[in-house]
Amino acid sequence: MAKTRVIEIDPLTRVEGHGKVTIHLDENNNVDEARLHIVEFRGFERFILGRLYWEVPVIVQRLCGICPVSHHLAASKAMDMIVGADTLTPTAEKMRRLMHYGQIMQSNVLHFFHLSSPDLLFGFGDDVGKRNIFGVIQENPELAMKGIRMRKFGQQVIEATAGKRIHGTSAVPGGINKNLSIAERDKLLQDVDQMIVWAQEAENIARDYTHEHLPHVSKFAAFNSNHMSLVRGDGALDLYHGRLRAIDAGGNIIFDQVDYRDFNDYLMEEVRSWSYMKFPFIKRRGPLDGWYRVGPLSRMNTAGFIDTPLADEAHQAFRQLTNGLPNQMSLAYHWARMIEVLHCVEKIKSLLHDQDLQGEELLVRGERREEGIGVIEAPRGTLFHHYRVDENDQVTFCNLIVSTTNNNEAMNRAISRVAKEHLSGQPKITEPMLNQIEVVVRAYDPCLSCATHALGQMPLVVEVYDAEGTVVDRKSS
Amino acid sequence: MAEKFTFSLDGQEITAEPGQSIMKAADAAGVYIPRLCDTEGLKPQGSCRVCVVKMNGRTVAACTQPARADAIVESETPEIMGYRRDLVRMLFHEGNHLCPICEASGRCELQAMAYRLGITQSTKYPYLQPVRPVDASHPDIVLDTNRCILCGRCIRASRDIDGKNVFEYVGRGVHKKVGVNGDSLADTDVSIDDRAINLETCPVGCIIQKGRGFFTPIGERQFDLAPIGSNGKGRKA
Repeated sequence: MAKTRVIEIDPLTRVEGHGKVTIHLDENNNVDEARLHIVEFRGFERFILGRLYWEVPVIVQRLCGICPVSHHLAASKAMDMIVGADTLTPTAEKMRRLMHYGQIMQSNVLHFFHLSSPDLLFGFGDDVGKRNIFGVIQENPELAMKGIRMRKFGQQVIEATAGKRIHGTSAVPGGINKNLSIAERDKLLQDVDQMIVWAQEAENIARDYTHEHLPHVSKFAAFNSNHMSLVRGDGALDLYHGRLRAIDAGGNIIFDQVDYRDFNDYLMEEVRSWSYMKFPFIKRRGPLDGWYRVGPLSRMNTAGFIDTPLADEAHQAFRQLTNGLPNQMSLAYHWARMIEVLHCVEKIKSLLHDQDLQGEELLVRGERREEGIGVIEAPRGTLFHHYRVDENDQVTFCNLIVSTTNNNEAMNRAISRVAKEHLSGQPKITEPMLNQIEVVVRAYDPCLSCATHALGQMPLVVEVYDAEGTVVDRKSS
Repeated sequence: MAEKFTFSLDGQEITAEPGQSIMKAADAAGVYIPRLCDTEGLKPQGSCRVCVVKMNGRTVAACTQPARADAIVESETPEIMGYRRDLVRMLFHEGNHLCPICEASGRCELQAMAYRLGITQSTKYPYLQPVRPVDASHPDIVLDTNRCILCGRCIRASRDIDGKNVFEYVGRGVHKKVGVNGDSLADTDVSIDDRAINLETCPVGCIIQKGRGFFTPIGERQFDLAPIGSNGKGRKA
């Protein structure tokens, strides 16, 4: 019988949620396969049934404490369809957009500064006790403080637009329940210019990291895939609303300008027995070739341009790195994420000067429908909410395809690749080796609680299996 | 007209008329006694017991107990506050009160009372988590008894003001609930204009008007502006 070894990482730290990585070894201790298991209970799609449609945006946002705004707005967009509000008032649309830009800003900043910067600043193999936000505060207090204050600004934008920093209630079917007061606007305007400067600095850090470590970045979990996101009618990056575009690894269009209400004609989900998270794929390409990536990296790849000047300049530099072809490097997610932060702050500044935000027309209604689909670009990627509502206004069907689910296959491939590269044939598995796996999972910024629609405390475990299927190593931290 | 008299409420001299309840007399003097089942315009029934006070050493419901000359009434003592806290806590454990996702949050008297009494965490009591279907059959009104605290305000309003008897208690003991006079709300003659359906009648989010949830922004909801009881009359703060 083969020698047995067990590795577990428990929990996988600095990610949102609870999961487990298992690494399967063959008889020669080479990595056969690595899997990211999401083991939380999946429940929101079930217990939303029977509730009233106007409650949905408030209920489903409780999936997550990091990006509740994304769920709040995706559900609201679906409920706009239910109440027949095909075009919102300018005040409602712009308030929601402002909220969303604040959300993406704070979430991306949280991920970059609080979760990932320790790896990038100190190296993947540095002292595990130092590789956290407190280590960053100690080593580089100025940078850490900028990260914390940028996140705070994003949260303040959310508070002004949603009513609360976490789990606000302002988006309602057909519009919004408040406008932006002059006092709220002026308070945000005080800091917005500083935020643009810091967002540029953050983008520069991520860009420079990518360039300085290009030999590593271009190999570490870099693999060809399809990419998908919403884009605006003219192909620009649009995080709040747009049409679906998917491209292949060569940058060729798979589909474009697809009305997201027809997403079921283009996408399917596969269930695998070892994970509560489904595996979506592009229907016409099948599960083997149709899996895709979403999120900041994919958005940089699918968008033709960005409609804010500083972010657009950064986007062009990003595209130049791979000569205009899709960037396939998992670690490039970090740079893409910071370009989006810059874009969001530019958008926030522009919106704060828009008088529509002080408008009084907040709600519209139209012909009532029974089906509602809302899609948005959440911080981690494309987020689908699909509902059916009966004549009594009660929800009878709910399907959520969250950003992390869209990246499921890609994350599995990424960890498999890194495991093979760094663990295969090793007599002893060390913490820095396992951190390589955490680093690549972190690059995708998965929200495992969103992905399984769970509640509770969520660590991640890594286990290593031998050829007999016995757990031979397990890591927890 | 009979002569007014006085009694002591937590050491303060309160003037009352003969037959007037301790609560009415206290309200008239601007002194708030917590309550849930009592509200303006409805006959008191003394069922929630949150207005419990001690009169001359005996616990009574302030909403139904007539004041007496020279009575010594205790209300805001640690003992009485402890009773109220326990009573309100049990209401949370008996139903399904999910404040974070409830459209009554911010205008809910149960929630506001919990804040007033300093109830900020769960207790030793088990949550009963009853399974109660939502009655959304009416085009304008929803009855979600998951949030019902059996205060009977809708029953009294429908019977005594609307003259309809749409609502009534059914069942006994832990199975007691508010039912409707028909298979569902759609079978009754209830109307959105009824006093029973007025958002101020139901103290929680049990009776709600369709399609209007979350229309009031956070910060502008009733108890965001002033805590319950801050003007001495509870709901009308």
